[in-house]
Amino acid sequence: MDEDDFLEQSHGISQDQRAELGLGALVFVVVGLLLAMLGFVLHEAWPSFAHNGIGWFGPGGSLDQQIQAIINSGELKEAPVYTFHAWPLIWSTILITAGAVAIAFPASLFIAVFIVEFAPQWLRRTLEPVVRLLASVPSVIYGLAGVLVIVPFIGNHLITQGEKASVTPIIELTGASLLAAVLILTVMIAPIMIAVFVDGLRSVPRGWLEGSLALGVNRWRTFWKVGVRTVRPVLVAGTVLATARALGEAIMLSMVSGSVPFSPNPIDGLIFLFEPSQPLAATIIHNTEALNSPPMKATLYAIGFVLLFSAAMLSLIGWVVKRPMRKYGASYGVVL
Amino acid sequence: MSATHVTGAVRSRANTGSSYRLTDRIGLGLAWLLGLLFCAIAAAIVVYFLIEGIRHLRPSLLVTNPQAGVTESQTGGFLDPLLGTFIIALMSMAIALPFGVGIAVWLSEFGRPKTLARVAESAVEMMAGEPAVVLALFGLALFESHLLGFLSQSTHGVVLGQSFFAAAALLSLVGLPMVVANVREGLQAIPSHVREASYALGKTKIATVRRVLLPAARPSVITGTMLGVGRVIGDTAIVLLLLGGTLTFQSANSVPVLGLLRGTGDTLTGYIYYNAPTGDGNQQDKAYAAAFVLMLMVLALNVGVDIVVNRSRKAVRWS
Repeated sequence: MDEDDFLEQSHGISQDQRAELGLGALVFVVVGLLLAMLGFVLHEAWPSFAHNGIGWFGPGGSLDQQIQAIINSGELKEAPVYTFHAWPLIWSTILITAGAVAIAFPASLFIAVFIVEFAPQWLRRTLEPVVRLLASVPSVIYGLAGVLVIVPFIGNHLITQGEKASVTPIIELTGASLLAAVLILTVMIAPIMIAVFVDGLRSVPRGWLEGSLALGVNRWRTFWKVGVRTVRPVLVAGTVLATARALGEAIMLSMVSGSVPFSPNPIDGLIFLFEPSQPLAATIIHNTEALNSPPMKATLYAIGFVLLFSAAMLSLIGWVVKRPMRKYGASYGVVL
Repeated sequence: MSATHVTGAVRSRANTGSSYRLTDRIGLGLAWLLGLLFCAIAAAIVVYFLIEGIRHLRPSLLVTNPQAGVTESQTGGFLDPLLGTFIIALMSMAIALPFGVGIAVWLSEFGRPKTLARVAESAVEMMAGEPAVVLALFGLALFESHLLGFLSQSTHGVVLGQSFFAAAALLSLVGLPMVVANVREGLQAIPSHVREASYALGKTKIATVRRVLLPAARPSVITGTMLGVGRVIGDTAIVLLLLGGTLTFQSANSVPVLGLLRGTGDTLTGYIYYNAPTGDGNQQDKAYAAAFVLMLMVLALNVGVDIVVNRSRKAVRWS
């Protein structure tokens, strides 16, 4: 092997160039695969988008009946039906994701600050592995905990009989609800945020903090005004990562969200928290058996494409927001 | 800016006898409160699954196969899903590891042209953010084509598209970003004088990578692999769509290994999903037991990563 290294001159093309080309080809494969994914999914989804136009994203009619009609038309080999108005699913995704991120972000920030700066040594040493463990617990386990503990608790103790009766003809309040989904999703994505934030906060140059402390600023204010401000790009990165995870979470949400294409309305008062819904990703999981009905397949791929596109946009937004913030500090490598 | 801060701090000290203003105290209090709350939640989750797992896990569950039935005593154990998890982890990392290390080396050591490097970087980042369900849909479209039909079963000319090959191929995309990120960080942590020393001895660039850099970055390769495995064994969506979720191994034909890998099967995550109250099986005790085993595997991987990281911190000191 070593002889090869010295004999490289004798070949027409040097070993280095060959290696560089080989590795570059590998990179091309992966980039190409990502583009192929976009193309493939869009291609499969096209009939659904083409038929509904912009109305795909809008509200209209009962989604349950639409889905049933789509599946039936495929299975009975009739003329394909594509009419589909996904607003309830989109609205559910927005509510659940925004709710979870809105709770998880401030909580994670405080917890990360606590872990890095204020926790006693022994607590810090136990907390860090625990954060990483919670971040790597499979979503199906969170779903199991949700469906066996949180959902019955909400159904039996938080929802009153009167509330159940008030919505009876339309939906059933079992406890599988927006509240359960948001709570469990929060617990799921918070460790991801905490892990990223802790990594960032730890790499704040010690001198900057000490400079602030030397000016007589207290420890909390120093850390909040200097430390947290320095890691703003990291905060964006962590939030984007966690939001992407929340957006794409299918398994856990299909277990605890109730899997009813219903759009909870905040105007109805707090009861909307107890109402079931069905986010986009969970819809795919819920309907996997209908994949052999061609029009339903197109519809599910359309949902997939919307998710794919939103996740890609999220990465892009994160990238754009992070760029001007780079000047506040060195670029932080975030690994999770 | 800093001047006002200082006077503010001084003033508040004069007023309250300490430099902490009310907002600071609230902030600090919140940090403690949320920190302790987080500990409580984490402990609750771990203890809950520990207790339920120990209550419901029987050694016999690990060596019997799932069976059709309606009660806990009829439905058997989860031998095949357990083996399926191992097979899937092994196969997908066999794809993700060489690709991941290759990409990380290229990004860290070559990275020309710059545009391709930037594109590749964001592509890997994007891959980490893609929902697994969508990867699964893509995989289904890919493996249902007749070109790749030999990797799964086909009946009457229709390719099923579900097999261990298909699931492992797509799950390798789930593990890939972890490998790339970790290996790349490991390579970048090696100071440039190490590379220069190697070049000065007449080594080529690729020989340097192979003989000096990768051995030095071995802890991060191992860390990345373990984190990747953790992601892979935790995934459910791809397993449900691409592995068939058939509880037991359904070989495509009687060829010993290939038949199995071309056939469908299940993993622990799929088994838990099936046995949760929302699934078709609805055997809670089995779900708890399987979740406990899966948790133990994840825990073992985490401990493994900690050990590797700590050891590498002690071992190598450059400069």
